Amino acid sequence: MGIIKTSKLIFDYLRYGEDEEHPEINRAIDGVDIDIEPGRFIAILGHNGSGKSTLAKHINALLAPTEGTVWLDQMDTRDETHVWDIRQKAGMVFQNPDNQIIATVVEEDVGFGPENLGVPTPEIWKRVGESLEAVGMKAYRKRSPNKLSGGQKQRVAIAGVMAMQPKCIILDEPTAMLDPNGRKEVLKAVHRLNREAHVTVLLITHYMEEVTDADYVYVMDHGRVVMQGEPREIFSRVDELKRYRLDVPQVTLLAYELKKSGVPLPDGILSTEELVDALCQSN
Amino acid sequence: MLKDITIGQYYPAESPIHRLDPRVKIVATMIFIVSLFVAEGWAGYLISAFFLGMCILLSKVPFGYIVKGLKAIVILLCITMFFNMVFTPGDPLVQFWRITITVQGVRMAVKMGVRLIFLIIGSSLMTLTTTPNQLTNAIERLLKPLGFIIPVHEIAMMMSIALRFIPILMEETDKIMKAQMARGADFESGNLVKKVRSMVPLLVPLFISAFRRANDLAMAMEARCYHGGKGRTQMKPLVYRWPDYAAYAAVWGYLGVCIAVRIVL
Repeated sequence: MGIIKTSKLIFDYLRYGEDEEHPEINRAIDGVDIDIEPGRFIAILGHNGSGKSTLAKHINALLAPTEGTVWLDQMDTRDETHVWDIRQKAGMVFQNPDNQIIATVVEEDVGFGPENLGVPTPEIWKRVGESLEAVGMKAYRKRSPNKLSGGQKQRVAIAGVMAMQPKCIILDEPTAMLDPNGRKEVLKAVHRLNREAHVTVLLITHYMEEVTDADYVYVMDHGRVVMQGEPREIFSRVDELKRYRLDVPQVTLLAYELKKSGVPLPDGILSTEELVDALCQSN
Repeated sequence: MLKDITIGQYYPAESPIHRLDPRVKIVATMIFIVSLFVAEGWAGYLISAFFLGMCILLSKVPFGYIVKGLKAIVILLCITMFFNMVFTPGDPLVQFWRITITVQGVRMAVKMGVRLIFLIIGSSLMTLTTTPNQLTNAIERLLKPLGFIIPVHEIAMMMSIALRFIPILMEETDKIMKAQMARGADFESGNLVKKVRSMVPLLVPLFISAFRRANDLAMAMEARCYHGGKGRTQMKPLVYRWPDYAAYAAVWGYLGVCIAVRIVL
């Protein structure tokens, strides 16, 4: 069993209409089975309303499953006694950087998690320093979060999670509100944490460009996992991806169309360099 | 409009007053306010003025900057002084129409004016030299003995979050205002009723967005294991050092002098 495992996970949102008696049932997650090994970089892709964010909230016990089970590091998320352990082990970064920063000074915000865990003061300072260093925000530790760019705020949020020393980080569309530069710097920081601190990363996104470096990709649609595999494998199934309303990166699309019209190219090309190499070799 | 209010604005500087424990500053401000009502006659006010002057000098906050904060209370000051002048019974000084200004009234008005000005300068000196976060931290610690009656930690947390979101919500108000203006909304012209009514399309989206933010923030706090003040440690706990004790001694000494002057004179 991996660090994150779900079995036959089902979650229903209840929507109460005019008459309170019969709520409308919206099935957000419909029988999801995933099993994630520690230390990997996993991406979950999906269009809006595919249930990917709802799945993320199940992993650190912000939501409890309607049916089925979620285990985090062998702990059942429905077990009330483990809630705080689970949330410490599975840190979560949300979409809107403004709405998850609590303090008025960067370093105090990073210290918020450890304070809640009851970590002794000198240890908090050590952790805050290390986490800010790990995301490359040490120079900004005395600044006000309001004066930072979106990408910087998001990196502070990641540092805040890292200071709790989690085993895995769940990033729920962390780049959706950022400009391309901010997006790049956040992804770089996340990849670095995965490589150097060996934290399991679960990146939830609808930008396909962001998942090319992942170890494994799940594609969700209507609350189900509809595709899974390594990025190269997933990216070679262009028609299927389009059916799930995902924007295939231009390079991959171009390679796919070239191949269809007879140019000999390998499947699932992920970057411009790769395409250039492949084209040069085919001549 | 909001820029004129110096109360609640931090003036960053390196000074002995800035470095004092925020608890000392809160208690000292309280004592100073009490002393203003103890002081009677010019000797008392002179002592208060001297004490306040020393504090301002030590704090390295420019005097002009503090005085700017008084602009916000000019109207209140005028009204207070006017009522004191007119409604204090005693020997008439000036009389016209139905209004009588008495000698006692003028004396009272000046006294009240001086008290009010000192009070505002004193308390704005505290907020100018203390960050809002230090203030909430100090309030939490000072009210700790009342922990069994009121949820002290939770109130302090709410205050500091409110402070964090003030600039964000201001920015948001500005954005909504511009968006409404782009679609032809008019916030400037018309009488008071019309102006207030034109605020509705501004306030409704602002409230909705504030609630949404609150919801997100609550979830983010829970995800980071926030569960109230129980079992929580602090990154920057407040610890008294020798300058803090010295400041306490100075403030209590000052109050003692004020009381002595009042009794003797």
